[in-house]
Amino acid sequence: MDNLSKVKSIIVKKSLKLDCGKEISNFPLAYETYGKLNEKRDNAILVFHALTGDQYASGKNPVTNKDGWWSYAVGPGKAFDTNKFFVICANVIGGCMGSYGPSTIDPNTKKPLGTDFPVITINDMVNAQYNLLEFFEIEKLFAVAGGSMGGMQVLQFVSNFPNKAKVALPIACTASHSAQNIAFNELGRQAIMSDSNWKDGLYEEKNNNPDKGLAVARMAAHITYLSKKGLQEKFGRKLQERSDLKFGFDADFQIESYLRYQGSVFVDRFDANSYLYITRAMDYFDLTKKFNGNLSKAFEKTKTKFFVISFTSDWLYPTSENRDIVISLNAIGAEVSFVEIKSDKGHDSFLLDIPDFLNTIKNYLNATFLELNETRI
Amino acid sequence: MKQEFKVISQLIEEKSQALDVGCGDGELIEYLLKYKTKDIRGLEISKEKVQNCLSKGLTVIEGDAENDLKQFPDLSFDYVILSQTLQAFLNPEIVIKELLRVGKRAIVTIPNFGHWKVRIDLLTKGTMPVTKSLPNEWYNTPNLHMCTIQDFYNFCKKRNIKIYKSLSLNGEKISNISISNLKFKNLISELGIFLLEK
Repeated sequence: MDNLSKVKSIIVKKSLKLDCGKEISNFPLAYETYGKLNEKRDNAILVFHALTGDQYASGKNPVTNKDGWWSYAVGPGKAFDTNKFFVICANVIGGCMGSYGPSTIDPNTKKPLGTDFPVITINDMVNAQYNLLEFFEIEKLFAVAGGSMGGMQVLQFVSNFPNKAKVALPIACTASHSAQNIAFNELGRQAIMSDSNWKDGLYEEKNNNPDKGLAVARMAAHITYLSKKGLQEKFGRKLQERSDLKFGFDADFQIESYLRYQGSVFVDRFDANSYLYITRAMDYFDLTKKFNGNLSKAFEKTKTKFFVISFTSDWLYPTSENRDIVISLNAIGAEVSFVEIKSDKGHDSFLLDIPDFLNTIKNYLNATFLELNETRI
Repeated sequence: MKQEFKVISQLIEEKSQALDVGCGDGELIEYLLKYKTKDIRGLEISKEKVQNCLSKGLTVIEGDAENDLKQFPDLSFDYVILSQTLQAFLNPEIVIKELLRVGKRAIVTIPNFGHWKVRIDLLTKGTMPVTKSLPNEWYNTPNLHMCTIQDFYNFCKKRNIKIYKSLSLNGEKISNISISNLKFKNLISELGIFLLEK
């Protein structure tokens, strides 16, 4: 990946004790910001990205030259209105867009860390990003928000720092990765590790990436982000630039061609080892573990206002799992709102232009900002 | 009906915790936020209405009283409000029971099927009454269990539910309902408002 020199980052000097027991310090954390921090420094929103996202939530990603992953949601006049709010987004540790990860060069060996990179968790990711508050001199965030793995980070953030965000928006996520979630992630990891180019994670030295394995991982994952109905409506049994079946194994169907394309563009922007590490972190995520299965205890100390959102056709992080978060918050009298947005687009819905979803967030944030920040004067 | 909000508001002590079950677009929540308590939230079954509430920054959960009150521990709220929706539930009895489990007190308002206009409608036309407060035909009404103020009073008595206060609303007019005037109030009230305790 070229152009990484254009990436903004802080070096976290403080030592961070990881869940695996190792300690890291002096590590880079890449970030991007949108909008302006106001004088009172009370309009900041920390946005967390999902598995294959990065710090470029909006605008053009200078490395890939593509639109930011949450361009529909973050920008002037949008759901996270950058005319009002200062949006910060960081690349998670373990990622491959400038933050400390398996493709970071080890200063001693001058080689990429590869699988010498420690296994990290959602908790580690959140603790690393917490350093951004100090860097921007923000006492308290207005909000933390994110979908999918980003939503898991939202939950972890509020649990770790109950007094550091006024509002929390966990979207299309879970408090505990299910067997099905783990199964799909394992499928992706096996695809990568069984690519002969992977070479126990040392492929970067050989300049020969396990692209095929990573592409298959992406193809499989991509199916889980869509709904059956959405797939059927978009592709059905339509053929790809041919009038009849070819009786071979080329991409006869449009859906095959589409998935192959998704796989091929993904390998240009994502690192196979990062995929292994980040999916592992997701699988290890179980916010209830520390509290003997009682999720309510994870949020006991918080005064944060929650707004949980799920989507009707999301079967990867279904409404029932999002509702469990709501139930655990209600059990302790925490302030929580919840809505399930109607959409045929599956788990991917949180990334798409769905007016009910985006408008509700926009109005909710604007109204809540007025209520919490401006009436205080 | 602003008059109804006013009565409900008067029944609620300041700074108490309240839940509005079936909060619709959140009008009552907004009213109570303004005049009574900052600690009020809602439960609403319609996605569109929940989105409208959230757009105003209100704290509302999508869900229905028959299934989603379960998640609240006993006595979570000082007041649980059920405004003109009791008749729309499949099982009003269970809903009342849940309201009184989750709330220390419940405020229930019911459109009165005993109102004289309703009675005359049925008597003279011989068809199911359609009035201002009951605007639907029998085949498309969401109301499954219509009752009168007398019916509701009997229901509470039978189940040993304490009625702390009962008020009648007739147009803009608010008055008290007591045992001595119950028959009359059942004839002239459009709405009955009850403050209940287990």
